[in-house]
Order: sequence, then C-alpha cells, then structure tokens
Amino acid sequence: MEPAELLAAYEQMAVIRRTEKAAHDLFLQGLVKGTTHLAAGHEAIAVGASAALRPDDYVFATYRGHHHAMARGATPEECLAELMSRATGLCRAKGGSMHLTKASTGMLGSYAIVGAHLPMAAGAAWSARLRGTDQIAVAFFGDGATNIGAFHEALNLAAVWKLPVLFVCENNLYMEYTPIADVTAVARPAADRAPAYGIEGEVVDGNDVVAVQEAVARLAARARAGDGPALLEAQTYRHFGHSRADPATYRPAEEVERWLKHDPLDLARGRLVELGVPQETVTEADERATAVVQKAVEAAKAAPAADPDEALTDVWADGGAAWRT
Amino acid sequence: MADVISYREAVAEGIAREMRRDPSVVCLGEDIGEAGGVFKTTAGLFKEFGSERVWDTPISEQAIVGAAMGAAMTGMRPVAEIMFSDFLACCWDYLANEIPKVRYMTGGQVTVPLVVRTANGGGLGFGAQHSQATENWALTVPGLKIAAPATPADVIGMMAAAIRSDDPVVFFEHKGLLASKGAPPPPGHVVELGRAAVVREGADVTLVALASMVPVALKAAELLSGEGIEAEVVDLRCLVPLDVTTVLTSLGRTSRLVTVEENPYQGGWGATLVSVVADEGFALLDAPVRRVAGECVPLPFADALEERVIPTVEKVMATVRGLAAY
Repeated sequence: MEPAELLAAYEQMAVIRRTEKAAHDLFLQGLVKGTTHLAAGHEAIAVGASAALRPDDYVFATYRGHHHAMARGATPEECLAELMSRATGLCRAKGGSMHLTKASTGMLGSYAIVGAHLPMAAGAAWSARLRGTDQIAVAFFGDGATNIGAFHEALNLAAVWKLPVLFVCENNLYMEYTPIADVTAVARPAADRAPAYGIEGEVVDGNDVVAVQEAVARLAARARAGDGPALLEAQTYRHFGHSRADPATYRPAEEVERWLKHDPLDLARGRLVELGVPQETVTEADERATAVVQKAVEAAKAAPAADPDEALTDVWADGGAAWRT
Repeated sequence: MADVISYREAVAEGIAREMRRDPSVVCLGEDIGEAGGVFKTTAGLFKEFGSERVWDTPISEQAIVGAAMGAAMTGMRPVAEIMFSDFLACCWDYLANEIPKVRYMTGGQVTVPLVVRTANGGGLGFGAQHSQATENWALTVPGLKIAAPATPADVIGMMAAAIRSDDPVVFFEHKGLLASKGAPPPPGHVVELGRAAVVREGADVTLVALASMVPVALKAAELLSGEGIEAEVVDLRCLVPLDVTTVLTSLGRTSRLVTVEENPYQGGWGATLVSVVADEGFALLDAPVRRVAGECVPLPFADALEERVIPTVEKVMATVRGLAAY
C-alpha cells in the first residue's frame, strides 16, 4: 500500500472502531435494542479486503458485519440509525445489527445463520461467470462456521465448478464462548480444511491491514483470471465479547493482553510512521474519524423512528406483503 | 406439438419455454443434466441448452439452494431442483430463514427471483422419507410463493409464471401425476400465480383440492353425481397467494366446504383456508366444515397402509355424503 492508501485505510478502520464503541455506548444508554456482535479488533480484515476488491465485486458477511458494511460504503450514520430503529436506517429498521446490507455497493448482506452465506457467495460467483463478467464474490465468516455443513458444501461446489469466490475466515479463536480449538479436529479450522476440496488454504495476520490487502489482492486476481476459489484464514481477536450479553470472562487475561497489544490500528499507525507519514497527519485522521462518528451518533439520535407500517412492506418484489386474495 | 403431453414432459417443456425466451434462466440440481432427472422431468434440457445452462450438482442441498439464492440476487433466474420434497428439510434454512427473508430484512434492497422445484407426494410406495406431501411446510413461512399444479397445461403455465416471478417460488411437482396426460397449452401460456380454478361446477358442496387431490376430488364428484349430490371442485393451484376469493364465491353457491388435502391434517393447508372461511365466510355456511387430509402418521410403505393414510375417493365420498345429509 502507498502511504496515501494506507492512511485512508487507517482512517476507515478508525471510523469503524469508533462506530463500534458508539454502538456499545448507545446500547448501554438503552438506545440500541436486541443485541450487537461488535467487530472491534476485526477492522483490518474488512478494510484490507475491501481495498483489494473492485466496486462491482460482491461481499457477503455475518451477523458480526458492521465492519464489512462500512468498508463497502455504508456510513456510520446509516448503520447506527439501523441499530437505533430509525426510519433512516440502512435496512429501514427491518434488519438490525445482524443484517446490515448495502446492496448498491455490492455488500449483499449480513447473515445470522452460521455458514448460510457461503453457498450464496458461491452462487453470486457462479452468476458472474454465467453473465460473462470478471466479478468475484467474497464470503467472510467466523471460525465457528468451519464446523457447519454449508461451509463444506460451498467449498466443494466452488472447487468443482471452479468459481471466482474467496472464502475469508475471521478466526478470532472463539466460536461464541468456546475456544475453536476445543471443538475442531485440526489446528487451523479453515485453512486445514481447504486442501480436502483441492483449495489451497492460506493464513494471514488478520490484524495487519497491509498483509490482508496483499493476500486478498493476490487471491482475487487468481479467481478473476479463472483459476478458481481460494481460502484465506485471517487470524484476529475481538475486543468485545461474542455478543452484547457476553463479557468474555472465559478468555485468559494474558491472551487478551497479548492480542490488545497486536491491535490493527496500532499496527497500521506503526506502518504509517515507518513510511514517513507525519504523526500530526495520523492524528488529524483520528480527529476526522472521531468527528464523523460523533456527527453520525447525533444524526441517528435525531432521526425519526421507523413508521410501524413499514413492517408490512417489502415481503414481495412489488413492495407489499399480500399473501392472499 | 403432439395432441397430448404428460405432466412429466410438461415440466421440461415449461422450463424449456422460459429458457428459450430468457437467457438468465439456468437450471441446477442433482442428476438433472444428461440424465434428465431421476423423474425425467428435465429430459432434453441439457441437449438443447448445454452445460452452461443446465448444471449437475453434488448431493448438497444447501449448496444447491444457497447458490441459487446468490445467483438470483445478482441477475440470474435460477431454477433449482430438490429431487424429493422430503429433502427440503436438508436445505430448510434457505427456505425458512434466507430466501423468504433477505428482501424484507434488507429493507427491500434485493430481490430473489428463483424457483425451487421438487417432486412431492405419495402414492408410489417410496416410504416415509420419499413420499411426503410437504406443501404445508412451505406455508409456515411468510415470503415464499407456493405453486402445486394438477394438470400438464397448468404445469407449463404456472412454471412460466413462477420463473418470471420476481419473488421466490416453491414449485411442487406431484410424483403421482407425472404419468398423467392432458392437452398441451398454446405457446405463451401463462397461469398467474394465486388464481384458483373451478374445474367442476356443482350446487351442493365445494371440494377444494390441490395437486393429486384434484383428480381424487373430481372422481368423487363424478360418482356422487350418480347419488344426486352435485359437488363443485376448486383446484387451488397455489397456496401463496391463496385465492380465498374463488373459494368464498363458490361457497356462496354451495354453502358447504370440504378440503381435500394430502398433507397431514395436523398443520395442513386446509386449516389455514378454513380459518379464513370461518372468519370471513361464516354466514355463507349451512353445515360444519370438513377436512379430508392425511392421517397424522409418517407415510407407510405398503400400498394398503399408504391408502389408509392418504385421502382416497371413497374417503372423500363418505365425508361429502355426511355433510350433504347435515
């Protein structure tokens, strides 16, 4: 990454980090209901991958997907408004935290049934091939998804049909509350499974935005050229618990400390300094990120609540919900 | 075109007509390519359209329906085959949680124009895991359209409507009807989803049936006519949209309602229909409503046992006689 690109990536990660913190705070204030699965700590995977993709590529994410929506162009305001049940929410308050979607920029959804979107991404890649484009599709998923059937069915189909799809595992070491190593027969839950489907499984430091960008760019180029699917296991760590209800006390303090020292924003900041970017430039980026998110919080708070009648729209393509004559 | 076409041939013909007019229509499923499908309902498609339009898949129901969904969201009109409707359970997540909800939960950002075709129903002795009538499963989930044609002409006309629909459609092809024959419909034949058909007129009782229960109801009506009871038979054709209007209009003439359902009484589609009739058509009724439906047991293997479970002409006649005497 050139310094300007890395600075932009850093600023985007800073925006995501602050948005996740805002979501957490708004929940504590009673302004966000239901639950959240915050992606603080995972920012470099979304931002690094997004930097390597084309605007017309497709992205499918999980219920921990705020970072992917924002990396693909959703604004913090749209995302927070959705979490706060506002009419201006990204999904018009019908999706919530777990289903952030920005279809207009190819971010085709956040799915809350573990692994379900991997076959969808394969299907979007199949569609690109059938339509004769060189778009690719990317499915981001957690380590826990590697033990569900849809993961295996999707990898096999993608390999057999040689589809332009990337499977990117965000391995944060825990499937919800349980260490992934305790419930998985191999050491690298995603990468070690890939060879069974004739796919090379790669591992990358998921907290290093440059490493992620480089790996995804390389694998995307292969897929675009017709060389078939690839799998990337990005190792990372979440700063919050699995969901709103989880304080994550099951994680050893030493492990938490070690990973917090390996923070994606700190790493990017270090790289920027190495590249000779002045400290004040980085500080300005931080200040812009803070201002953007503060403004987003205020705007989302001020936005009108969703109209209850919105509930009876958008079941069908005609916009309605009629199931009978 | 031949004077008659079988229901089985009508499935392939219905798909072929749409594939000819729209290059975005593609098929995927197990054994559907050169093999033509285990029920031969895709015979000839691979030869006419080739391997880029007709795709054989592994035995991976989640991948089949999940990939169809991803393709539908990105500009294609996939027609996915799930070999037996019992196997819908293997990809139920997609039918219950993904396909019917993605448009809604994204605030209308995406559409999912796909068809999931599946061979449904009993009568062929395939036992408990290959014989179920599962149309009521789909009815439990808002967001799916449900088609279940009874005649070759309707197979073609409803297939056209299903494939052209911008909404997801589960298309139940009845195994017991595959060999039945009828007149082939003219080119361009489209049967709008959600339109029931009055297939026999009568003044004494309305029989509402679906798929293979339509010929059962018609046969019962014919025999009852000899006893002086004239039954009107409504082929519902779709469960969603549910054509309540046609049913209520018929009840305005007959005042008596019997549903004829292959799915189990427990949770069967007739319960939904009857609840609407009780709510909106109570004043039309002169007698209690009766449901002739599958017994609430798994489908057994032996013919005699299977007949004991699935509605038959005799069971329908006995029920109608009791109602006519009410």
